[in-house]
Amino acid sequence: MTSATVGDTAPTTRTYPAYSRPLWRRVLLTREFAIIALLVLVFAWAAGNVANFNSPLTIYFLGLDNAEIMLIALPMALVIITGEIDLSVASVVGLSSVMVGILHQDAGLSIPLAGLIAILVGVVAGALNGFLVAYVGLPSLAVTIGTQALFRGLAVGLLGTTAKTDFPTKWTNLAQQHIGNTRYPVIVIPILVLLVIFVWLLHFSSFGRGVFEIGLNDEAAHFSGVNVARTKFILFILTAAVSAAAGIYITLRTGNARGDNATGDELKVIAAVLLGGVSIFGGRGALHGVVAGVLLIGVIQSAMRLENQTVNVINIVIGALLVLSVMSTSVLAWLSKQSARRTGLGTLRRRQAVASSSSTTER
Amino acid sequence: MSALTLSPSEISPVRRILGGALRSREIAVAVVLVLVIAVTTVKNSHFLFGDNSWRDLLLTPSILLILAVGQAAVIITRNVDLSVGSVVGLTAYLTGRIFIAHPGTPVFLVFLIGLGFGAVLGLVNGVLVAWGKVPALVITLGTMYIYRGIFLSWAGSNRVNASDMPDSFLNLGTKQIASIPVLFLLAVVVLAVVGYYLYTARGGRELYAIGSDPDAADLYGLKVTRRILAAFLLSGAMAGLAGVATAARYGTVSSNAGLNLELQAVGAAVIGGVAIFGGSGTVWGAAIGAFLLVTINRALPVLGVQDFWQQFVVGVLIIGSIVLDRVLSVRRDRKIIEARDNA
Repeated sequence: MTSATVGDTAPTTRTYPAYSRPLWRRVLLTREFAIIALLVLVFAWAAGNVANFNSPLTIYFLGLDNAEIMLIALPMALVIITGEIDLSVASVVGLSSVMVGILHQDAGLSIPLAGLIAILVGVVAGALNGFLVAYVGLPSLAVTIGTQALFRGLAVGLLGTTAKTDFPTKWTNLAQQHIGNTRYPVIVIPILVLLVIFVWLLHFSSFGRGVFEIGLNDEAAHFSGVNVARTKFILFILTAAVSAAAGIYITLRTGNARGDNATGDELKVIAAVLLGGVSIFGGRGALHGVVAGVLLIGVIQSAMRLENQTVNVINIVIGALLVLSVMSTSVLAWLSKQSARRTGLGTLRRRQAVASSSSTTER
Repeated sequence: MSALTLSPSEISPVRRILGGALRSREIAVAVVLVLVIAVTTVKNSHFLFGDNSWRDLLLTPSILLILAVGQAAVIITRNVDLSVGSVVGLTAYLTGRIFIAHPGTPVFLVFLIGLGFGAVLGLVNGVLVAWGKVPALVITLGTMYIYRGIFLSWAGSNRVNASDMPDSFLNLGTKQIASIPVLFLLAVVVLAVVGYYLYTARGGRELYAIGSDPDAADLYGLKVTRRILAAFLLSGAMAGLAGVATAARYGTVSSNAGLNLELQAVGAAVIGGVAIFGGSGTVWGAAIGAFLLVTINRALPVLGVQDFWQQFVVGVLIIGSIVLDRVLSVRRDRKIIEARDNA
């Protein structure tokens, strides 16, 4: 009897809206959109005020110079969203660059085959990171500081201070070619392909929901059926594989296979990802923000270089942007807490007022 | 009348202390260090008994040792300071500029200025981390760029040469008291003071409490913000001191001074048993870790390994030591659970 009545009265439609805020506020009032707006502003300002910024070459070099950062930033965003970090990416770039150089010139393999093996080496490197973090349960910060030295040491050890420079012009030219008659370099195509794949993976697949859930609370994720260890393992492998691919690109673009290629780039990648609104605590972030973060740093760099600013000032600007962007989150959170307290007080007063008025009418 | 809930240990104090020492991480790392020195010396007696070998053995690790002490204090509070390399570079250059502007500046004052300047830079980190409630990794990554940028735009293409600095200052880099280099003595004094403070003083113990569980420390009423601020201030001051020492030791300060030192400092602390998640480890351990790192780097060429492979060995060491920590802590946990079940 009672169960029947409960079943009868159960509401079949939702009486409350699916979202508390309207669509435009959900889209526009986000960190990602703030970075995109900043990017557009800086770009527009530079196009108007910096001499030669508005030339086709700017876009070309913007793509060429930031390609490896952009490539690595995509999987790195996923890693950081799970609350982990990978400091070894730049060392994997160096290792892969050395592998391509040695395999092509000493072993006589063709560039595609050498590249494939280099990516496989990257996969092994990522598997080592992933195994130690996901299955042994070690903190990724410590593990990847260790593997950063390990992989870099391997790269430098294999090649010493020498460099392999003799690559077929067919391949080195390809790395610098334009797409048709446009102002975009060819590397933009693989970037777009990877971007589509990672956007699908993070934002439109159950794997991606798991990534966010792990970042928010990995125990809860585990109990709701997300395979936490496997997800992290896969992400570390993906990151290293993409880094290895970036290493092949750098080798061909510069025509130079060296052990110390891309030294220090891991911090650039992380800076771009965090600038793009990914939370270092995990559980929050979106890839359009990450893309905007990478581009923002790239545009600032090329605009300042055209203004004859040296790399030093650019360092200061990037560092300041990074600090400001994370501080802004805390400041905004503090402000909204303050305003919530105020509105909370407001509703309380209103309720008291209503209560007192209703009691007077009863009387 | 009240019965003791915990009976005193039945093991004799001597055995207890001995057992504790045998199990301690610091001793283990020190044994590895002695082994490395011994093996290298057997291979080439000049490593220990050459003309300047003894001096170099102590002098070369001194700067990283000072950095590792500050870094350990920060890591114990579950933070990290990536800006130390840039602070070293900036302070080293400042030292040179002071001597260029005022050649007669007393050496003691220069050390004080370096210490204070580094402390200010560390305080900036501390304020941003502690009051912004932002992870130290991000903040110090940002300030690493900023400090390095300030250093580079200040220095430009200039560099400070040995001829710019007075001999009394440069001599510190090689001077010895009773065959012990002065800079090493300085590092040891710093280590002793900081180590004693962390080991006994209330403020030091609170750093461990904060690192083990920041929320609990806050609820317990510890002044978490102030302590974290102090830890970063210490790390900055140590980096400043290391910067002045760098200028004295190497004589020239170019734009790559202190580059990539931050990860070496973190690596030294981790090898020395300071857990990256805070709450455990000692500065003694970090100091021995720094000693081991630098000594291995110097030993490899003697042992016939090309020095290109140094970083590889460092990586193996770091990974090995954190895996070892993990294995030991799992075993300890199991023992505690067994003891509880048997009780």
